[in-house]
Amino acid sequence: MMGLTAAKLPGLNSFYTFPEYRRLHVGVQKRITEVTDDLSVRSRALSGTSEPRRGVAPDKMSDHAVFTRDKVLTIHSMNPTVKKVEYAVRGPIVQRAVQIEQELRQGVKKPFTEVIKANIGDAQAMGQQPITFFRQVLALCSYPELLKDNMFPEDAKNRAKRILQACGGSSIGSYSASQGIDCVRQDVAHYIESRDGGVPCDPDNIYLTTGASDGIVTMLKLLVCGEGPTRTGVMISIPQYPLYSAALAELAAVQINYYLNEDKCWSMDVSELERSLEAARKYCNPKALCVINPGNPTGQVQSRQCIEDVIRFAAKENLFLMADEVYQDNVYADSCQFHSFKKVLFEMGPQYSDTVELASFHSTSKCYMGECGFRGGYMEVINMDPEVKAQLNKLVSVRLCPPVPGQALMDLVVNPPKPGEPSYNNFKKERTDTLKLLAEKAKLTEDILNTVPGITCNPVQGAMYSFPKISLPGRAIKEAMALGQVPDMFYCMKLLEETGICLVPGSGFGQIEGTYHFRMTILPPTDKLKILLAKVKEFHEKFTKQYS
Amino acid sequence: MQLAPPSFALLTNHLTSRNKNTHALITCVLLSPRRVPVLILHLLCTLIGSLCVTGSIIGSRSLEHFTTMHRLPHLANRSFIAGALAQSSRCSKTRGPVEWRGLQRYSTAEATVVTRETAVKMREKTLTMETLSPQVKAVEYAVRGPIVMKAGDIERGLLQGQKHPFTEVIKANIGDAHAMGQKPITFLRQVVALCSFPELLESPSFPEDAKLRASRILQGCGGQSMGSYSASQGVECIRQDIAAYIEQRDKGVPSDWDNIYLTTGASDGIVSILKMLVSGQGLSRSGVMIPIPQYPLYSAAIAELDAVQINYYLDEDHCWALDTNELHRAYLAAKEHCNPRVICIINPGNPTGQVQSKKCIEEVLHFAFEENLFVMADEVYQDNVYSPDCEFHSFKKVLYEMGPEYFNTVELASFHSTSKGYSGECGFRGGYMEVVNLDPEVKAQLVKLLSVRLCPPVSGQAAMDVVVNPPLPHEPSYALFHEEKSAVLGALAEKAQMTERILDAVPGIQCNPVQGAMYAYPRILIPPQAVDEAKSLGMPPDMLYCLRLLEETGICIVPGSGFGQREGTYHFRMTILPSMEKLKVLLEKLRDFHIKFLKKYASLEELER
Repeated sequence: MMGLTAAKLPGLNSFYTFPEYRRLHVGVQKRITEVTDDLSVRSRALSGTSEPRRGVAPDKMSDHAVFTRDKVLTIHSMNPTVKKVEYAVRGPIVQRAVQIEQELRQGVKKPFTEVIKANIGDAQAMGQQPITFFRQVLALCSYPELLKDNMFPEDAKNRAKRILQACGGSSIGSYSASQGIDCVRQDVAHYIESRDGGVPCDPDNIYLTTGASDGIVTMLKLLVCGEGPTRTGVMISIPQYPLYSAALAELAAVQINYYLNEDKCWSMDVSELERSLEAARKYCNPKALCVINPGNPTGQVQSRQCIEDVIRFAAKENLFLMADEVYQDNVYADSCQFHSFKKVLFEMGPQYSDTVELASFHSTSKCYMGECGFRGGYMEVINMDPEVKAQLNKLVSVRLCPPVPGQALMDLVVNPPKPGEPSYNNFKKERTDTLKLLAEKAKLTEDILNTVPGITCNPVQGAMYSFPKISLPGRAIKEAMALGQVPDMFYCMKLLEETGICLVPGSGFGQIEGTYHFRMTILPPTDKLKILLAKVKEFHEKFTKQYS
Repeated sequence: MQLAPPSFALLTNHLTSRNKNTHALITCVLLSPRRVPVLILHLLCTLIGSLCVTGSIIGSRSLEHFTTMHRLPHLANRSFIAGALAQSSRCSKTRGPVEWRGLQRYSTAEATVVTRETAVKMREKTLTMETLSPQVKAVEYAVRGPIVMKAGDIERGLLQGQKHPFTEVIKANIGDAHAMGQKPITFLRQVVALCSFPELLESPSFPEDAKLRASRILQGCGGQSMGSYSASQGVECIRQDIAAYIEQRDKGVPSDWDNIYLTTGASDGIVSILKMLVSGQGLSRSGVMIPIPQYPLYSAAIAELDAVQINYYLDEDHCWALDTNELHRAYLAAKEHCNPRVICIINPGNPTGQVQSKKCIEEVLHFAFEENLFVMADEVYQDNVYSPDCEFHSFKKVLYEMGPEYFNTVELASFHSTSKGYSGECGFRGGYMEVVNLDPEVKAQLVKLLSVRLCPPVSGQAAMDVVVNPPLPHEPSYALFHEEKSAVLGALAEKAQMTERILDAVPGIQCNPVQGAMYAYPRILIPPQAVDEAKSLGMPPDMLYCLRLLEETGICIVPGSGFGQREGTYHFRMTILPSMEKLKVLLEKLRDFHIKFLKKYASLEELER
């Protein structure tokens, strides 16, 4: 059918001319002969002698073979926007940490015996136990034979049956609708309504996502257009969670920084929003405003008043609001409470609630469940133009559907056991214990860090991180510069090498020029967290002495 | 008179997209008792809308809005979905069931808005069709396009007791095996259940080999939990298992697990690699060669990345074979206006079901070598080969066998997934890619890019692990696993054959053998009158065909225009996944429909000529 006959050989078919073809050869006649010889020899070789060819020595198969040929994809020819992407949470420090772990396993001597990773909000990797009920339902969904088993409580079985019934062929192995499983979206809508004191929520506005990140990137994708001064600008907080800067870099959108006020517990200030918007309007078209509440990496919980101000600002300036609310259950400070942007928006009256476009994001990865690996999440869109919504549906349909186990998990998060159900007591205990422990660790972290001269730490009101300011001696800064490193990267790298503690430098999140920070999670178990904090303290004192 | 502007916007929008049909609409409302509540509202909206327009109460801003909206139907045509909405509005002339759907969709949207929104000052939306990303607008994805959306609507209608000439919708639009009744592989699900709820490791009802696999995966997870993020590239031990699987599949060709990346389904991997490859502007913009017909993920990703799509046509007369002359033609033509950098191959083919011969793969690789192209081999159907005279050859193995000159230079990424094969686990979104000869610096960039999305779903990674590392002959689960696997693949082979046989016997349908994958992509004759009718309705002829088929029989298949085809030819893609009985019914209904369709639009004698 596709025989390697002369008629099909490239270069021999007189129908086509190939001026570009076989650039390495000169002379058409010569070329044709070569092609013919080359190919017939090769085809003979291939049909008969595949076996010996497999025996090529491994070194010849490496990238360093004698034969050189330009690669198609090199650092110079690759997508320049991808090159600009940076994601410090899994950046060089973390890569080095993984290396050190390997070295430790290989028996290399270090001044420590284990690496403590406080770089990422990965609760279960730090020993947090999953919520039993959630995992029971997931096991039941994965292997419905277990529904016959009497080791599972009835409420878990009922949940599993309900989810399975909503899946094609009653299997979590089938694709769901692109927007997510219908009944899960309904449950999400109910959850939002009850969370927001009755503000209505339409399941049609709910989109299940692959973790919150997927939703955020999708929304940004819709928003980006224009060239030069009309290119879409997106306002993000500084410090920020670097998903935002990474997504904006990849989409070649314009990043507009607004600074949180560290002196006022990382609060958001409307005059700062105005300043940054005004400045940005000179070179781009600001279209969206992203807010992370509770804050990552900064741990502040926004007041209701502040949210109102932000909404008013967005309404006045015609900005699309993106509210990253994945830490909505992680509020520790007694004086703070989580207010959803949607609820506040609706309490501000119809001139806001009927007009301001809002997308808010939630996930299974944080809060008390910490189920990062399942990549569950949802977003709710409000006041989105119906035609744009159709486009959004189309866009998400290309990736077919978010992982169904993650959707199932999201369902459980928004629809956990209710009082009276057999699993309720255990669920409630697990949930309360986890949140209580996190609150304790938040306080512990703040308290201990604040005893270190040269470290100032705002209260960790919510989320899972502390983002203390560190003062670095001038000599350390000079040395870092000489090494071509950002000073806080220099600091964190040294900390890692000397103590095995893995933190992320503030420069990965953004900070006011001349200030230095790091982000650490409060997730390690209390005893480990205490060790970590003691080591950070000791290291910082030593570091300060060494460079003063 | 004060009217709530947001609803007004919708009304005017609605009105402008439909004003030509107002009379038809009113008639429709009067004629249809079933839909009275919704449609009365609809009618009201229409009338109020007209009043607003005629009553000169439009402020300058809303006038602007009005005109903006007026342009929208035109703009919407650029997209498949919105295009279909416009189409259904245009077909109201014929007053078939198609039109009802379109009306109802609009009406429901309005109903929600009218009840909820109160009078407020006008504010333009930030995100509209005008300000939407043009790349997003250009994306099209037929597998879940308008036909499928309409099928969903009909399904809901049936549930609510609406009358149709059929009792159920049979979805043959998407390779979704479990939804079509295929049972999961027990072993795979046991392992995933054990990983999800490790207390089950103590339960006597699970076999030891499943427990061993689960323990191994859990040990590879942070905190021994599937709930922790994995490394961005995937769980290490799973990557090792994949590399071992590839080596075994490829009869010893070495595979380095550092070259393996777990992905969220194969799609995610494909998009990531394309993303890396796209650069340049104008003449230097990256061009991506894709087969036509293609799986529309490719065209969608290319549109979104604003790359240049280069079509090379598969040869339908030769069982959808890939012809190197055609590759050259496409390549040279494209060189005039872009920088071709990558060639994508789907083997076994989707939607075309062909299995590439080894020789053909050699030719493609030689071509890529000569023209310095990055090769992307979509091999997700590698276990789905049905024809006894066909065999799956991985691009990597063939590349290796072509000798070091090739194997050390040609850059190749190959993709696999949990969604197809015999496991059919689409919902888990598991997949992997293997990269060969990727520049080390680029690899670092790829890892960085992937790290932003943190990790692929760990349950999908676990499922992938079982796919590449199934029970071995000496293990307790082997017998059952083997039985289940053979049953699934055996049934698929039978269905592939039956589909081809029945379809190919229908006058006006030509169907190549379904050598592999999960689809038949037959060529259908559409009589000129039907083509004209479709044109007057503003839709591709095969879209009209599939729409009518859906309305009359409840069968949901995807028109060939969503995959691409030679101009003037028409096709559809259907999966071979429904159960044997259902598939038989489907094929018979399809045959009857086709004959009826031909009779309606052309005389049989005309056809025989």
